[in-house]
Amino acid sequence: MVEIRWHSRAGQGAVTGAKSLGDVVSTTGKEVQAFALYGSAKRGAALRAYNRIDDEPILNHAKFMNPDFVLVIDPALAFTDNITEHEDSDTKYIITTHLTKEELIAGIPALQGREDRVFTVDCVQISLDTIGRSIPNAPMLGAFVKISGMFELDYFLENMKRVLSKFPQKIIDGNMAAITRAYEEVK
Amino acid sequence: MAEKYDLQEREVWDGNFAASQALRQAQVDVVAAYPITPSTPIVENYGSYVANGYIDGEFVMVESEHGAMSGCVGASAAGGRVATATSSQGFALMTEVLYQASGMRLPIVLTVVNRALASPLNVRGDHSDMYLGRDSGWIQLDCFNAQEAYDMTLCAFKIGENHDVRLPVMVHQDGFITSHTAQNVYPLKDEVAYGFVGDFKPVDDMLDFSRPVTYGAQTEEDWHFEHKARQHKALMDSRSIIDDVFAQFKEISGREYKRVETYMMEDAEVAIVALGTTVETCIVAARELRKEEGIKAGIVAPRCFRPFPFDKIRDALGNVKAIACLDRSSPGGAMGALFNEVSAAIYTTNARPLVTNFIYGLGGRDFSIAEAKRIFKEQKAHADAGKITTDIQQFSGLRGPHLGFFQTKRS
Repeated sequence: MVEIRWHSRAGQGAVTGAKSLGDVVSTTGKEVQAFALYGSAKRGAALRAYNRIDDEPILNHAKFMNPDFVLVIDPALAFTDNITEHEDSDTKYIITTHLTKEELIAGIPALQGREDRVFTVDCVQISLDTIGRSIPNAPMLGAFVKISGMFELDYFLENMKRVLSKFPQKIIDGNMAAITRAYEEVK
Repeated sequence: MAEKYDLQEREVWDGNFAASQALRQAQVDVVAAYPITPSTPIVENYGSYVANGYIDGEFVMVESEHGAMSGCVGASAAGGRVATATSSQGFALMTEVLYQASGMRLPIVLTVVNRALASPLNVRGDHSDMYLGRDSGWIQLDCFNAQEAYDMTLCAFKIGENHDVRLPVMVHQDGFITSHTAQNVYPLKDEVAYGFVGDFKPVDDMLDFSRPVTYGAQTEEDWHFEHKARQHKALMDSRSIIDDVFAQFKEISGREYKRVETYMMEDAEVAIVALGTTVETCIVAARELRKEEGIKAGIVAPRCFRPFPFDKIRDALGNVKAIACLDRSSPGGAMGALFNEVSAAIYTTNARPLVTNFIYGLGGRDFSIAEAKRIFKEQKAHADAGKITTDIQQFSGLRGPHLGFFQTKRS
């Protein structure tokens, strides 16, 4: 079982990101779960979204998890939300930021001592450049594909095209570019 | 002729989407609805299927849930296949008309996304609304995940519309935990699903002008009792038809359902009885406990909440020593409904297991694997001691000081 927790603000696309990830993962024959825990349902409010991935049907319906991956798609939430909550000794963090990894960790005491498990990528800038709006969910998926090693990039891109097939070509192209660039830039 | 909808063999759907796809495949003629969180997408999707030509049907916008169920009553009496969705406060406002629908023997399907009842206002999942409907004369089917929300909605039409049943059917799923959680769902092909549900065959439809009929007549002490008794008998007699529909559903889907689901009960010493998604979380807990501590834990879960499976509950729980009945609804000054009904069923057998009651998960409070294990272990302690060692009614996952009521008088 792989468990993933997304930290986001309403409107940044974490719920869509979690559902898209679930959709793509399911095409590999795995069982998936994607859900979210909303606070007040207002744009900009902090929220958490979750994925579970397993070879067997997923029966656990609890919100509680010890995440294997924590994906932070809002730069400020890395500082204000409790992103290390219920972590275990090998939880990996992928955080969107314009800071270097060293600058980021220096500002977040909870991440200190986890340098080898923290990865950074500027999903906001990448989505502005490729999609034209701050939609950091798509680049985060690219970063996750790289860090998790769960798929080949090409396989993921092909399946994301199917997930996005109802959108105009320009949006699909933008998302593909965003995923690819984050895959290459995450470190 | 409806447009073809593009379906994959394996979809990732949440419970709401799954239920709405079942409404599409059943080609529901009329949905009269007043949307409410968390069931909104079910009827919203139905509306979009109608607008985009995927269903040859009609969406009726109304001024309230009372109006929604009233519209369903009218459309069903007129002779159409009818469904709607609601939750919580909407369900409460619908309640008056729920009794009208069952009394008129109209096979309406109501997909209920279970949510807490105010006050305090809360949009999250518990079973308050499901419990509110338990004397309304409807068949109530309960789902533990999104796949079942799809499967049970298809079965609901076939059960309710059977001419030996002719009763409305509710299909319950947990608010957010099922309704907004995307999981793998394996849908049937459109023609297979529709072939299973079949064409709607009306009984005494009001649009048959060659044969005028009356719906909703008044009966006082002369006939009211006989009508209600027949209605109750119809519910009781629907048990074998529900079994039959589940058997037919297995043939087309490979998925097997029973009026009472049992998990690891063959050799179970302790059991949890629960409803909804909690059932599956408890399965994980029982598997782990069996492996880690050798505790023979099992789960019994009413798939069919009404008619209450008195018969099957007795069969399932006859050999266990201690049982925890989990109620996700505030019992309002009594023991939980599941505790009362399960205890009553077992009391008519020679078995005398130790039965306790947990109130849990109100307003969406999380129910974890760890908590399920703790409850199982407490049952094991009762079984080893040969008596209930705690209060009979307790609260699980409640913050603050321990709250419990009544102690055993059995020695």
